[in-house]
Amino acid sequence: MKPLLIKNGRVIDPASGLDARRDVLIEDGRITAIDAAISRADAEVLDAATLVVAPGFIDIHVHLREPGKEGAETIVTGTRAAAAGGFTAVACMPNTQPVNDNPMVTRFILGQAAQAGPVHVYPIGAVTKNSAGEELAEIESLRAAGAVAVTDDGRPVASARLLRRALEYCRALDIPLIDHCEDPELAAGGVMHEGEWSLRLGLRGIPALAEELPVARNARLAAETGARVHIAHLSTGSALDVVRRAKQQGVPITCEVTPHHFTLTDEACRDYDTRTKMNPPLRTADDVAALIEGLADGTVDAIACDHAPHVETEKQVDFESAPFGITGLETALALALDKLYHTGKISLPRLIELFSSGPARALGLPGGRLQAGGPADLTLFDPERRWTYRVSEGLSKSRNSPFDGWSFRGCAVVAIVGGQVIFRR
Amino acid sequence: MPARKTAARLSQPHLLGIEPLSIEDMELILATARNYQTRVAGQRRPVPRSDLLAGKTLVLAFFEASTRTRISFEIAAQRLGMDVVDLATEASSVQKGESLLDTVKTLSAMRPDALVVRHRGSGVPHFLARHTDVPILNAGDGAHEHPTQALLDALTILDHKQRLEGLKVAILGDILHSRVARSNIHLLAKFGVRVALGGPPPLVPKEFERLAPGLTVCSRLEDALAGADVVMMLRVQLERQREPLFASPGEYARHYCLTPARLAQAKPDAIVMHPGPFLRGIDISGEVADSPRSVIPHQVENGVAVRMALLELLAGAPA
Repeated sequence: MKPLLIKNGRVIDPASGLDARRDVLIEDGRITAIDAAISRADAEVLDAATLVVAPGFIDIHVHLREPGKEGAETIVTGTRAAAAGGFTAVACMPNTQPVNDNPMVTRFILGQAAQAGPVHVYPIGAVTKNSAGEELAEIESLRAAGAVAVTDDGRPVASARLLRRALEYCRALDIPLIDHCEDPELAAGGVMHEGEWSLRLGLRGIPALAEELPVARNARLAAETGARVHIAHLSTGSALDVVRRAKQQGVPITCEVTPHHFTLTDEACRDYDTRTKMNPPLRTADDVAALIEGLADGTVDAIACDHAPHVETEKQVDFESAPFGITGLETALALALDKLYHTGKISLPRLIELFSSGPARALGLPGGRLQAGGPADLTLFDPERRWTYRVSEGLSKSRNSPFDGWSFRGCAVVAIVGGQVIFRR
Repeated sequence: MPARKTAARLSQPHLLGIEPLSIEDMELILATARNYQTRVAGQRRPVPRSDLLAGKTLVLAFFEASTRTRISFEIAAQRLGMDVVDLATEASSVQKGESLLDTVKTLSAMRPDALVVRHRGSGVPHFLARHTDVPILNAGDGAHEHPTQALLDALTILDHKQRLEGLKVAILGDILHSRVARSNIHLLAKFGVRVALGGPPPLVPKEFERLAPGLTVCSRLEDALAGADVVMMLRVQLERQREPLFASPGEYARHYCLTPARLAQAKPDAIVMHPGPFLRGIDISGEVADSPRSVIPHQVENGVAVRMALLELLAGAPA
């Protein structure tokens, strides 16, 4: 393979603090030099004068739906959508059919991913068998097969006893436990955030308290066991405060926020559009403001999509009957640029950190940085380019996005994995 | 009654709720309904019959049990000469697993002139309206809205009080699960009525005050009742509660049943309303329900007139 020379880009690597106009030389799948004015006659040149050159983006919360629900997404289509969104690595959730609660499923996912293409796929195993919340899954074998973390995402671990035992394994294996924090009793039957809009629409609500209480419990369990707890798709200001305080006390806790939670509020549900139904639900304007503050001040470790594809007929029902979840891989960067960077809330280096070194650190994944000698996984994006997202032109197999038809400022232009250009707009 | 040509139209192609309606829409509906009333100033009038909508077809799709609303719509349609088809959901393809959307698309393909929908899911008529050109009349969606009930309630209040603006209306009971309460709140607020809500605390969340201007959630029933011109009672919706929000029907009745003693806290000429079916001795005492203060039969009578008006306005377009 010819060497690839990325010329004149604004190279930003939050991990090393680099933010300067540089050239990046890639040979044999690795970065061999990052410098001003590299010349290399035999290299293919990629002009990046209008682009930001960043470490490859990592989305640590993706539902690839394979095995079991290939009608909604497959590892092939999901990783293509990821690349189009600028992601070079994804961690996939275990709520497949069957659930990834044993090493056979983990190995199957890794096998499919190897055939699908170069995007890194990191399987996440289940905490309990069938994610039923009753008996521990084979956590050590899952880890040995390649699982990078465990979670019962979508079905919160209700039992503090089970969670404590799982955390003891996680600590020994040095992997995080990812928890979808939702008190099942408080949230029972809820289909949207509990507040003015749920009352207005006559829909059963999920109170903010249903998230805050288990986050508080998990922070205590993390402190007690010393295991790393990662809070999935944190959506409320009150839960964020719990994480902030726990971090200040040195508790090993991290959290992620989705683009839809820092973009939309529960008012978006006003027309009963099932593309605004997800779990956790869209919250209030105060929560959005608090999440953006957390994204800016470092409390939030990662932006993650919770990409949750569903076949069209599943979502083409009334609001209460519809499944939770929306797609997100292809709009995440654009939403972050629009809502966080172009509004002046966060800097580009911080935004990139939330997509690269932040998620890599939270799950203990390789990558997330640019360094000579390191793997050549890069995301090149144009923070200014105007475009309109159309689900009909998207690469995900599913179309359940509330952002169809939205116009954005900024998008991924090139995704490179192992020195290979896997996406180019 | 001579056939009239309808010129005025609603601003909306469907009746999905009260919240999206303008004052002009509601005044038009109420004015049209007056032509169809069977009792004016306490005097019975002959039942109006016309062929205004002859040759037109109304489909009733009640996915949730209903007696009075379904029959009221059926009578209203027949008095205007419409053909009425009742989709018996328990015997239809809905029971064979056909999706709601497919059922409604199939019904729409038969080109009815209006579709009345009741469903236990909030927002179902809104969902269906996105997929059909047939005018949809919401006959109650989950805990969201029941617009024809609020309109017939407004007509009944006007019959007795001659105005809406400036009145105080107390709505008492299970507000949380009540689509009747929501529709009434929107309608009354738009007309400048002061609305006071009262009932067991978990059934009357304080956040209701954000739904409309002039709305007060009262933690004590007597505050809601004090000086009320109209007392609107709601049925306890045991079937919509996922968990018991009060200890027992007896405990509810002791504290929230509208008894003569509680009614005495309202204005001396206050009228009592109830959307029915009512639970005698639980949400309203028999004594109050059967007293001259109760206008419950009048509400039912006005229900037919309001539904005739809505059919005229929504299904009356030239074919």
